[in-house]
Amino acid sequence: MLSRTANELYWMARHIERAENTARLLDVTYRTSLLPYEPQEPGLAWAEPWAVPLVATGGATAFYKSYPALTAENVLRFMILDAGNSSSIYCCLRAARESARSVRGAITSEMYEDLNSAWIEMRAHDYQRVQSLGVSEFLDWVKMRSHLFRGVTFGTMLRDEAYHFIRLGTHIERADNTARILDTKYHILLPSAADVGGAVDYYQWASLLQSLSGFESYRKIYSDVISPRRVAELLVLRDDMPRSLHSCLNFINDTLEILCDDHGAELRRQAGELHARLHFGRTDDIIRYGLHEYLMDFLQRVSLLADEVSEHFLVPAY
Amino acid sequence: MSVRPYDEMTAADGGIRPHYRAFADWLERTDASRIAQKREEAERAFHRVGITFAVYGEDAGTERLIPFDIVPRIIPADEWEMLERGLKQRVRALNLFLADVYHDQKILKSGAVPADRVLGNTQFRREMAGMDVPGGIYAHIAGVDIVRAGAGEYYVLEDNLRVPSGVSYMLENRKMMMRLFPELFATRSIRPVQHYPDLLLENLRAVGPKGEDNPTVAVMTPGAYNSAYFEHAFLAQQMGVELVEGQDLFVQNDTVFMRTTRGPRRVHVIYRRVDDDFLDPLAFRKDSMIGVPGLFAAYRAGRVTLANAIGTGVADDKSIYPYVPDMIKFYLGEDPVLNNVPTYMLYKPQDRDYALAHLAELVVKEVHGAGGYGMLVGPASTAEEREAFRARILATPERYIAQPTLALSTCPTFVGAGIAPRHIDLRPYVLSGSDIGLVPGGLTRVALREGSLVVNSSQGGGTKDTWVLA
Repeated sequence: MLSRTANELYWMARHIERAENTARLLDVTYRTSLLPYEPQEPGLAWAEPWAVPLVATGGATAFYKSYPALTAENVLRFMILDAGNSSSIYCCLRAARESARSVRGAITSEMYEDLNSAWIEMRAHDYQRVQSLGVSEFLDWVKMRSHLFRGVTFGTMLRDEAYHFIRLGTHIERADNTARILDTKYHILLPSAADVGGAVDYYQWASLLQSLSGFESYRKIYSDVISPRRVAELLVLRDDMPRSLHSCLNFINDTLEILCDDHGAELRRQAGELHARLHFGRTDDIIRYGLHEYLMDFLQRVSLLADEVSEHFLVPAY
Repeated sequence: MSVRPYDEMTAADGGIRPHYRAFADWLERTDASRIAQKREEAERAFHRVGITFAVYGEDAGTERLIPFDIVPRIIPADEWEMLERGLKQRVRALNLFLADVYHDQKILKSGAVPADRVLGNTQFRREMAGMDVPGGIYAHIAGVDIVRAGAGEYYVLEDNLRVPSGVSYMLENRKMMMRLFPELFATRSIRPVQHYPDLLLENLRAVGPKGEDNPTVAVMTPGAYNSAYFEHAFLAQQMGVELVEGQDLFVQNDTVFMRTTRGPRRVHVIYRRVDDDFLDPLAFRKDSMIGVPGLFAAYRAGRVTLANAIGTGVADDKSIYPYVPDMIKFYLGEDPVLNNVPTYMLYKPQDRDYALAHLAELVVKEVHGAGGYGMLVGPASTAEEREAFRARILATPERYIAQPTLALSTCPTFVGAGIAPRHIDLRPYVLSGSDIGLVPGGLTRVALREGSLVVNSSQGGGTKDTWVLA
């Protein structure tokens, strides 16, 4: 298939996945912000949860350039509706739809129609409309549109190269986003050291699990209280958890095997190495190394892998 | 002066024409609210499917729908038989003309077409002289604009032989009608058009470079911001071929390749929807960002086929149009089945004098104009407009032609106040390659403004489904 087409499909998938994960991130933030707890420093820490999505997505600097204060409304405006923030849900859906439009011959008409109608609906939203609908309701809508698009893709598309580039984009983005969301716990400040292991800590871990659709799975697998060690195990190493890093790398590895044929040795080596680290990794080692450090290292490796994908398939130099 | 124009559905005595009977009955017994609801449904569906038009800039708000009207234009079997015969004859002659003017120029030597009209035409591509194209076919896809006037006689208004567009609307309009009103199709008397992409692919594959049994076909588009982009993507998808932009192609040793995820891949036939001028910055306009350097050299070397060929514009130019009946006689030895609209060529003193004396009755067109721009519709013009045109004609008479203002036929159409007659035309698409053929139908365009004769979508025209009866 045309390299340009592959590139558009790959980024279409990444942008939809990013929109979904941004919704997940905002959803957990919104829920956390509603929890009653005593702020350590009155008047400052109450807004602390709203800094988390900015830090996790690397958007804090851009945010403070356009918004005077860290408030729930400002963060929601910035991350949902801001046409100047390339990571906002608005921009992600617009970019995904533009990509789909430019290669609409490579996807099924159902897929294009689905994405186009999502975009048409998105365009009709402003902050008042999101408020009156309810923030959680709106974020659920974003997630459902992403699920729907994935379902239409899965249900209508020929299993050709185009399909595999879409899957590749989805899982590279998801690997990145899951690592970022998981790392948010590192940034969330507890009101006091004494709260570690306390109620607030528990709710924060629980919200994080919920945002990654992992809360019910956690209960099923461990039937026990929530411990950070197990959350890390679930979202990093378990391969039966669809949003875990291991699961993402399974998809990436398998997809590259199909796409590469007998070329792309370096690309396959990188993916294989990263996959092996998750496949044979141990929770104890991660905890010992430091979850935050582990995730930072992972994000860097995923980024290098994405660069290699781009060079090899999407933007060839010849 | 104000004789009622020919109406497709209703005869002069007020009776419903026989081929509209079934539809009129259906309209009669169908609840108005159901039709209103279906019309809204159609509009939503066209938006969702993204059948939009004129997209410039990044703002998605600039995408427009071409209004779709649910009252079909119906053509009875015997009329279509005549149209089909006439269209094939005309396009055959036009292809022979193109092959001739780029080779022996027999028709110019005979004097049937004045040589200076052709050789001095800006659309005549010297670069094509002496070059052979597969099958001698230049206009693989021809969109011939046909109108009806007077007591219902058909006339050819224009031959579009460069990159005629609109066929996707023909196909989508049919799909929409079948979706909205399946009951209308249940009698199986409406001939299908949905095999157009198959027919197109078959014709394109038949004109590959010599010795190529299994040619790779691609559709070439100027890009996603071109006003007809939807159609380019649609046709590529329907034919199952790649949709390429200039940046996706490169030429090496006079051979054209696409950049793919598995390395370079050769392309043999390009259905290009890019104008001649922009195809190759090395051969034509140097500032073209959407072309492929070296494409023309590969074409001349016979290593790739372009459809349509370069230089077809010399045959559909309005200054050549008056001679098409002569071409038919010259090449085929036949009388034309389809008539031209009588045309005054204003470079001829006698024609010019007549036209200048009758500006208020005539339509004056720029020879190279398209899309309904640069036109004077006499009866609808003001004295100032006529004076302005008079000055322009006197300054460069060779740039203008004039035709009588035809009372274009009308077809009932939904307008704000209910159903009213509106003027229509018809563009069937004639395909040449393996053979010459067309699907039974075409694009019917309708001038939605009351009394307007201009059906172009850029001027507020809409479209209708076109039914050819079995």
